[in-house]
Amino acid sequence: MVEFLSYDFIQFSLIVVAIIGFVSSFFGVFVVQRQMSFLGSGLAHSAFGGVALGLLLGVEPLFVALAFTMIVGLLIPVIQERTKLASDTSIGIMFAFSMALGILFLSFKDDFTTDAFNYLFGSILAINKQDIYISVILLVITIYSFFSFWSRWAYATFDVELAESDKLNVRRDNYVLSILIALTIVISIKLVGIVLISAFLVIPAAAARLVSGTFYKMSVMSVIFGVVSALFGLVLSYYLDIPSGASIIIVQIGIFLVCYGLNKALSLDV
Amino acid sequence: MSNCSLQIRNLKYEIGNYLILNDLNFEVRENSFVALIGPNGGGKTTLLKMILGLLKPSEGEIVLSSEEVKSITAELVGYVPQIKSMDRLFPAKVYELVATGIRNSWITNLSKSEKAMVLEALSKVGAEHLSNRQLSKLSGGELQRIYLARSFIRRPKILLLDEPATGIDIVGEKDIYHLIESYRKETDAIVMMVTHDWEAAYHHADYVLVLNHKQICYDEPKKAFREDILRKAFSHVGHKHEIIFKVDKNG
Repeated sequence: MVEFLSYDFIQFSLIVVAIIGFVSSFFGVFVVQRQMSFLGSGLAHSAFGGVALGLLLGVEPLFVALAFTMIVGLLIPVIQERTKLASDTSIGIMFAFSMALGILFLSFKDDFTTDAFNYLFGSILAINKQDIYISVILLVITIYSFFSFWSRWAYATFDVELAESDKLNVRRDNYVLSILIALTIVISIKLVGIVLISAFLVIPAAAARLVSGTFYKMSVMSVIFGVVSALFGLVLSYYLDIPSGASIIIVQIGIFLVCYGLNKALSLDV
Repeated sequence: MSNCSLQIRNLKYEIGNYLILNDLNFEVRENSFVALIGPNGGGKTTLLKMILGLLKPSEGEIVLSSEEVKSITAELVGYVPQIKSMDRLFPAKVYELVATGIRNSWITNLSKSEKAMVLEALSKVGAEHLSNRQLSKLSGGELQRIYLARSFIRRPKILLLDEPATGIDIVGEKDIYHLIESYRKETDAIVMMVTHDWEAAYHHADYVLVLNHKQICYDEPKKAFREDILRKAFSHVGHKHEIIFKVDKNG
């Protein structure tokens, strides 16, 4: 274990992965409970368009991806409202459009393969000090959002109409939530990869739902599962020499199965 | 609050070129029970949503006239939506839903006084024993009682109900109307209820507002449930005249 912790990139990765596990599973409860699991996947793939544009222009891909994903995150509810199409349809449209743009941008570049592969599947070797600072800022924003928005988001998740009747600005709150989810996804991409990031939003929260009788407890359990699976999965990936993103998700699935077993065996009142 | 009344003046609501409601003018005095009837899509729920402030009138105004307050705030209105609008799979206990009536948000930790308020509201609807139960485990009737407890907790001056007895058996339905009547007598509140149940409207309401994109009638039940009025409101959507007539005759 001492040898494992002696590498800089491992130390950086442990900090970043714990924060990503915390933040993504915190927002994940809203994604799962609002039945927006496809949104995580859609936004992650939208980020691909931004990453590809960044690679093409020689600009830090994550900064371009951040702007790109936030715009897509805001456009999805706008398309839904204007066209009256279902939420998954507007996500599907933007998902495909962003991926198409990403492929188009990469086709203009000759030496894209390695970089693009890293962003698609994630790599702990790519993590540096700057990523730690960015992750800490995201963590602070998330903790702030817990105190200022959690109760409002929870209320609107339960019943939008009731929340609006109590004069909550649900539309504004939803935009804030979309932006923060987009931010979480983009910051997680380097470590986890575009292909697997949606699992971070969905699996810990889904597991927490199986053992929680209240939404607050679900939020707390989801964060615990998110952090534990991220740290344990990373350690496992080092010793078994397997990709970290995949390793973490396999641990998350393990936790999900244990929660499912507990739910059935104990007939939990949830 | 004394001598309170809700005034609807020249109210109009349209989406693009589609007129949902037009030329609504009526006044509801305190301690009055108004039933809103009319065909589906006739604008009943739209009117409730405008009173709640969820929709902004295209023209006209909704005024709460009283000596103490001049505008309709969230605290003055108790709203019981159709139960289909909530997420039945949301992990929550009964007391959490009732508590949203206190702080207008989802509460994680209740103070002692808030807990007492919640239990008092639940006891008023005979549901104290359900306090710790999962919302997903409640029947339709139990859930409506919980929603009523939630709206009673802030002692609203205006109680808005959107089909409160839909999907509830006859005993549960009588129970719901009894609770609403008791609350009105206790607080002199204004009660407005959207319903498709003409019998309930006839027996419980002081006034009936018949709506079909415009105000067809606003009068006492005996005068509102007349064949000519109901024909005007419903016949164009294919309802058989005999059905309307039968209800009219029997009240």
